[in-house]
Amino acid sequence: MTAPAASLGIGLEVNGEQLEMEVPARRLLVHFIRDDLGLTGTHVGCDTGNCGACTVHLDGEPVKSCMLLAVQADGAKVATVEGLAPEGELTALQRAFNEHHALQCGYCTPGMLMSATALLERNPSPSEEDVRYALQGNICRCTGYVNIVEAVLSAGNSR
Amino acid sequence: MLLREVEYVRPSSVEEAVSLLAGHEGARPLAGGQTLLNVMKARAASPEVLVDLADLHDLRTIGFSADGLLEIGSMVTYAQLIASSEVEVARPILAEVAATIGDVQVRNRGTVGGNVCVADPTNHIPPLLVALGATFTIRGSQGERTVSAEDFFLGVYVTAVGEGELLTKVSVPPSSGAGDGFSGLTIGKHGTYIANAAATVSDDGARIALGCVAATPVRATAMEERVANGEFSEGAVRAAAEGLGGVLDPPSDVHGSADFRRHVAEVSAIRAVLQAVSRRKGPSA
Repeated sequence: MTAPAASLGIGLEVNGEQLEMEVPARRLLVHFIRDDLGLTGTHVGCDTGNCGACTVHLDGEPVKSCMLLAVQADGAKVATVEGLAPEGELTALQRAFNEHHALQCGYCTPGMLMSATALLERNPSPSEEDVRYALQGNICRCTGYVNIVEAVLSAGNSR
Repeated sequence: MLLREVEYVRPSSVEEAVSLLAGHEGARPLAGGQTLLNVMKARAASPEVLVDLADLHDLRTIGFSADGLLEIGSMVTYAQLIASSEVEVARPILAEVAATIGDVQVRNRGTVGGNVCVADPTNHIPPLLVALGATFTIRGSQGERTVSAEDFFLGVYVTAVGEGELLTKVSVPPSSGAGDGFSGLTIGKHGTYIANAAATVSDDGARIALGCVAATPVRATAMEERVANGEFSEGAVRAAAEGLGGVLDPPSDVHGSADFRRHVAEVSAIRAVLQAVSRRKGPSA
């Protein structure tokens, strides 16, 4: 039987790269991503699971990385905003955010992109209601959401 | 946020999980973590050992027992409930209510077992499972036992699952023509409930459970008896609910006074029953 430990070796795939690391059990996945891996695109907004700025994909599904321990991701595939498009390129959704002025301060944007990307993978032609339902876990305090919703809708239609 | 130091282990069988929970003082099961990790961040709880149930695949299934009960493993997520064809056939209200919990990210991680074992009085699933007459299977080192929904919820954050025990599944009777309803008032569109009610109505009568008005879900037994005569018009249901709020002793807080909660509970019960009535099938429907 495995024994409980305060520090564990984990193996996981992050943005397509296989990693083996030793992490303290108490480390949140978001801190592992930002501090241990240096992938600072994933933001800490509220740290209470309300704002969604820390949203990443865990085995293809959007989750809040502040509501997960890094050790829980052992054996999983994690995707962060840095993994959406190759260096120097943008996805159709990212271009749509630019074209529709879907960000102002930009703090919520990585989480918005991860949630919306997951929606479009599941449902390439979402309705406005679908988009708003899918983004319910992502808070934006600048835009009023209108341009974010329009960006996601246009990326959906353009596919 | 930095959590207090904690040990972690991910067992690969229910037996191993139970043995780890029983063998370590301060050990707590970790399901989806959508409540527990926040509780740990706030230092409202500081488990010594987290026993992660993620690899217990037996607890992640939805199926039917030999006698036709819908069996939901304790590690089934809200997202699984929403997508389940078994739930859709047997008791679609479970998927309907699950779709209003939290948000996409929370529904991908949060579990049925976590929801009921946290036993927060404002949670969605406890009153619903009381109304549906669910039973809960608990595994401990001494073996397995089954308790009714009424005996499962014991207090705020307290259930029949003792130290060293694990909830393995929730069993729900299939609707068999009964109609189910759920109604309530939330803070914001999909926020925390101020008060809610779940109801199931069949030709045999009604079961009505109220949430957020006490430490545990409250059966509206007087109202159940009054609607049991088979008269399900809106006027009859409203008359049956009369006085329901008066016997409740709900809390007052910034979101609503006790009197407001009494009123909302009564209105929710009426709406839940009327929704259940409109959905019931059968000879007299």
